[in-house]
Amino acid sequence: MAKLNMVQAINLALTEEMANDENVIVLGEDVGVDGGVFRVTDGLHDKFGEKRVIDTPLAESAIVGASIGMAMAGLRPVAEMQFSGFSYLSIPQLEGNASRMRARTMGKWTCPLVLRMPYGGAVRALEHHSESREAMYATIPGVTVVIPSGPRNARALMLAAIRDPDPVVFMEPKRSYRAFREEVPEEEEVRELGKAQVVQAGTDLTVVAWGAMMRPTLKAVDLIQKKRNITIELIDLLTIAPMDADTIVESVKKTGRCVVVQEAPRSFGASSEIVARINDDALLYLEAPVGRVTNYDVVTPYFGREMMYLPDEQRIARSLEETLDF
Amino acid sequence: MPLKKIGDFSISYLQILNEKGVVDAKLEPKLSDDELHKLYRTMLLARETDARMLKLQRQGRLGTFGPGTGQEAAFTAPISAASDEDWIVGTFREPGARLFRGEPLSQYLAYFNGYEEGNTFDPAKRVLPMSVIVASQTLHAVGLAYAMQYKGEKDSAVITFLGDGATSEGDFHEALNFASVWQAPVVFIVQNNQWAISTPRKMQTRAKTIAQRAVAYDMPGIQVDGNDPLAMYQATKEALDRAHAGEGPTLIEAVTYRLMMHTTADDPKKYRSEDEEKEWWKKDPLTRFRVYLENKGLLDEKSHAALATEIKAYIDDEVKKFEAATDWPPDISFDHVLGTRHPSIERQRTAFLANLNKEAANG
Repeated sequence: MAKLNMVQAINLALTEEMANDENVIVLGEDVGVDGGVFRVTDGLHDKFGEKRVIDTPLAESAIVGASIGMAMAGLRPVAEMQFSGFSYLSIPQLEGNASRMRARTMGKWTCPLVLRMPYGGAVRALEHHSESREAMYATIPGVTVVIPSGPRNARALMLAAIRDPDPVVFMEPKRSYRAFREEVPEEEEVRELGKAQVVQAGTDLTVVAWGAMMRPTLKAVDLIQKKRNITIELIDLLTIAPMDADTIVESVKKTGRCVVVQEAPRSFGASSEIVARINDDALLYLEAPVGRVTNYDVVTPYFGREMMYLPDEQRIARSLEETLDF
Repeated sequence: MPLKKIGDFSISYLQILNEKGVVDAKLEPKLSDDELHKLYRTMLLARETDARMLKLQRQGRLGTFGPGTGQEAAFTAPISAASDEDWIVGTFREPGARLFRGEPLSQYLAYFNGYEEGNTFDPAKRVLPMSVIVASQTLHAVGLAYAMQYKGEKDSAVITFLGDGATSEGDFHEALNFASVWQAPVVFIVQNNQWAISTPRKMQTRAKTIAQRAVAYDMPGIQVDGNDPLAMYQATKEALDRAHAGEGPTLIEAVTYRLMMHTTADDPKKYRSEDEEKEWWKKDPLTRFRVYLENKGLLDEKSHAALATEIKAYIDDEVKKFEAATDWPPDISFDHVLGTRHPSIERQRTAFLANLNKEAANG
């Protein structure tokens, strides 16, 4: 076992799978010689050469469009968008082609590609470098949207994403890139996509979070458990779409109370979908309205004010108490 | 300091078979009789397919489609210059390209009648499904070409089609640039049919030619009489030879004309004159190709009539086949969202089928 941060863990997954499968190709802006602006692809260029680790011209649509052609020819491209804020130029290719190649041809053609992108705030970055737009991608049928929360699941989910037969948008919480280390097993570990993980079991309240929100949520959960001598069930969503609502619904049936924590703006996000699914399948088990801790429906503020808007441990803890006290 | 000239660029125009069917013997490509016959047959099949589809559409037996009438040389002859190892990445207005590679017409019809079953041509034939988002397919072509290079398939290049309107899209320029930087084996063939729905070619770009876009990306670019099947064959052949030899991409501008509407939902009278259409009918690729074949002794009145009868019978059969296939399951869309079945999507399938049953019960 090695203690790795998330950057190293994703790098490990890419290295492993490139060694396993010569069809795996990495491409993007500055991913080669430079190893990526966050160093996620560091060393791959030396190990696997410029044919497999491609420094592309600066064009997001082309990176994804070319990846589609590569995937249809049997390669397994892993494309990097340098920041999620620049990925929108590639959405016509993702929505218009990659996501629907399977449906368009009734499975005759598929499009196995991974679109990696660092996302999220709290890194004191300039404009366009701090958004959480997972919901935008999650609304596209045919796309799997994955968000790891720590080094270990990042590695295991990345291996699954590369092997998945369809396009996967792999959103990496850059705030968590180097924030902490975890033991990552040396042997191969693959985590199935489309499955949430019950991080800790509990009976009094269900809390759902994902990505960079997992850390402050875990702290708030610990705080309230101790303060009230209760147990809280914490679920890490891991895959945003297609959503594993069953795990959440089963938990809510047991606890009767739920809080969802989301870094993205409040409306039309994954948290709204979670509330809707609970409404569909567990409404009569609820003893309180489902609580939501989210950002606000504002354009992401510059980093001077950013932290006031992002959910933090205190705001999450207050929401847990309000839901428990309802 | 005086200005120093650091580059000199020019664009050539290629025509081998003129409007009257007169061939430039010095430039005439050496196609076998069989090759010439297959090319003419496919062009005629594409023309007759348009005519039949238009009838079917007007009778409510087919959905909207975009006829390729007038462009048969521009989209069919390039495929006659390719081998089966070369890929075809096109749009929705190159029936001749697809038919040449052997796509059954019944599938083509099913596509335009709103069924995904029509987009299931055998992937081993190396024809990508039709792309509707203008210019987006040019990038797929570049990625495919990169994959061919990577896999060492030296005999495989990619032919990609787009229209004059598509040359205004960013994806087209990104594709040219990526192909150039990667020296990818791609042949870009612009079907410059003068009209992007109602927008004339001169409103897409001030550039004198579309072919000159190649100059900025440091690749060969040529303007070709797109209604001349021999010139389209020759230009594509040379571009494919370069691509196979590892010499990178080429841009071909085929100057042609969309003789019919953009799609069956469009009325060209709104934006262009019938005189203009008449002028282009005089440059019809089929007429001149027929004269050429007759002059070579490969076709006469009788054999042409036999060919027309054979094509009509083929179309009749394929229309029958297409209309007989009605047992397509309604819930097929749920099968192909993702390769891995997901419970929430499967539950929606159940609800969808239950709803259909209720509607059926309610008559």
